[in-house]
Amino acid sequence: MNRLWKEFTKGIFRENPIFFIVLGLCPTLAVSTSLSNAIGMGLAATFVLVCSNAIISLIRNVIPDKIRIPCYIVVIATFVSIVEMVMKAYVPALDRALGIFVPLIVVNCIIMGRAEAFASKNPVLVSAADGLGMGLGFTLALLVVSFIRETFGSGKIAGLSISNSFEPALVLALAPGALFVLGLLIGGIRWIRSLRSY
Amino acid sequence: MSDKLFVAHAPHMRKSESIAGIMWRVNLALIPSGLVALYIFGPAALWVMATGVLAAIGTEAFIQKGRGQKVTVSDGSAFMTGLLVAYNLPAHCPLWVAAAGSIFAIAIAKQAFGGLGRNIFNPALAGRAFLMAAWPKYMTTFTKPFVYDAVTQATPLSLMKEGKASGVVDLGLSYWDLFIGNRGGSLGEVCILALILGAAYLLYKGIITWHTPVSFVATVAVFMWAFGSPEGFFKGDALFQVFSGGLVLGAFFMATDYVTSPVTKKGQVIFGVCCGLLTGVIRRWGGYPEGVCYSILVMNAAAPLIDRFVQKRRYGAA
Repeated sequence: MNRLWKEFTKGIFRENPIFFIVLGLCPTLAVSTSLSNAIGMGLAATFVLVCSNAIISLIRNVIPDKIRIPCYIVVIATFVSIVEMVMKAYVPALDRALGIFVPLIVVNCIIMGRAEAFASKNPVLVSAADGLGMGLGFTLALLVVSFIRETFGSGKIAGLSISNSFEPALVLALAPGALFVLGLLIGGIRWIRSLRSY
Repeated sequence: MSDKLFVAHAPHMRKSESIAGIMWRVNLALIPSGLVALYIFGPAALWVMATGVLAAIGTEAFIQKGRGQKVTVSDGSAFMTGLLVAYNLPAHCPLWVAAAGSIFAIAIAKQAFGGLGRNIFNPALAGRAFLMAAWPKYMTTFTKPFVYDAVTQATPLSLMKEGKASGVVDLGLSYWDLFIGNRGGSLGEVCILALILGAAYLLYKGIITWHTPVSFVATVAVFMWAFGSPEGFFKGDALFQVFSGGLVLGAFFMATDYVTSPVTKKGQVIFGVCCGLLTGVIRRWGGYPEGVCYSILVMNAAAPLIDRFVQKRRYGAA
């Protein structure tokens, strides 16, 4: 139980995939323009991560070493297809907003990375806990980045306009804004961590 | 830094040059243009310049203090960045826009890369590019000269771009108007005469050399003469293209920045020519009416590569 908790929490803070391992930046930069996109993307990736980690961990002893990456991709693609079809059926607006980045979860670095570095070496429950933690860590990072970008870039919070009090800086809603915000956040987090280690 | 330097035996060559000396001379060279802007656009220009400079100096001091470094705002480099940011703004833009541009220029484009001498991109131009992307509305609303009020007037280049005018005569201007600054535009770019005075001083003092600015301006002139007119080759108005927009300001005061441009003479000529080509392409076929800022920023990124490319291979070295 203790081990499960440890593997679960590490993905959220200590080894956050975005802020500390710096993986999966492509969807982070691309879809973090609004809170609703961030929640949709984060939950989709979390679902895929938990399921693929569990399955890959189950079959880890029968996967031939030389073709393990294609095997991971087949497993991951299965769950991504499920997510994509469910999204198209029930939340078509979100599906349109996320666009190509839903199918691209197949080659998401975080999911591939956890499969290779963790699920292929650890038992099922621990792998699922690792996947859940990493997925929620990814979602948390997306939420932070998209909150800043949506608030100051388009003057909205979760789609509600707050921009009569100030002029939103369009650049934050554009691609360079994603890089500025993420860079400053990672810098700030590393700075805070360096203060604590003294 | 100085305690790491190894002191060799005499004889030594002595030079009185210092960072502060160079920076303050450049600031001095920028002053005529600022005074003329004051005359052309009225007191609004002064507030924009003061805000830009104060925000730049304040940001630099705050960050250096916060990082536990020596505060070096007296060397004039933050002053220069703030002033150049202001020179790139319309005279009646809101003061918080000027402040935001200076803060971005110093905090992100300069200090985040390690401070003076370590920045890849010219901070003032990065600040301007940031403002263009963040609040384009304020960056493209220019003031009519000699009205001293927020009466707007489009710049000659944007009128040409929108096809509302095809020559200087259509604009109701003469080349002399363009030369002395009787046109809409950013507050520090309009008076070519004042800019050339400042540039001549810098050339005389040996702070800048002719290589980058002359190749930059000449390339734009030739390119726009050859391709600038939709009516056919070699029908473009080269003089108009040189006198309008931020070309003279950019070529003499920003493309010559020591930190972000090549150090070799040959490299500087390549740098200037490439800046000119990019400017011409943006002005003629791009989405924006003016391309000086973006062309210098793009070439800033290529400056180290150019230096490496033109370096002579030493005999015997691999």
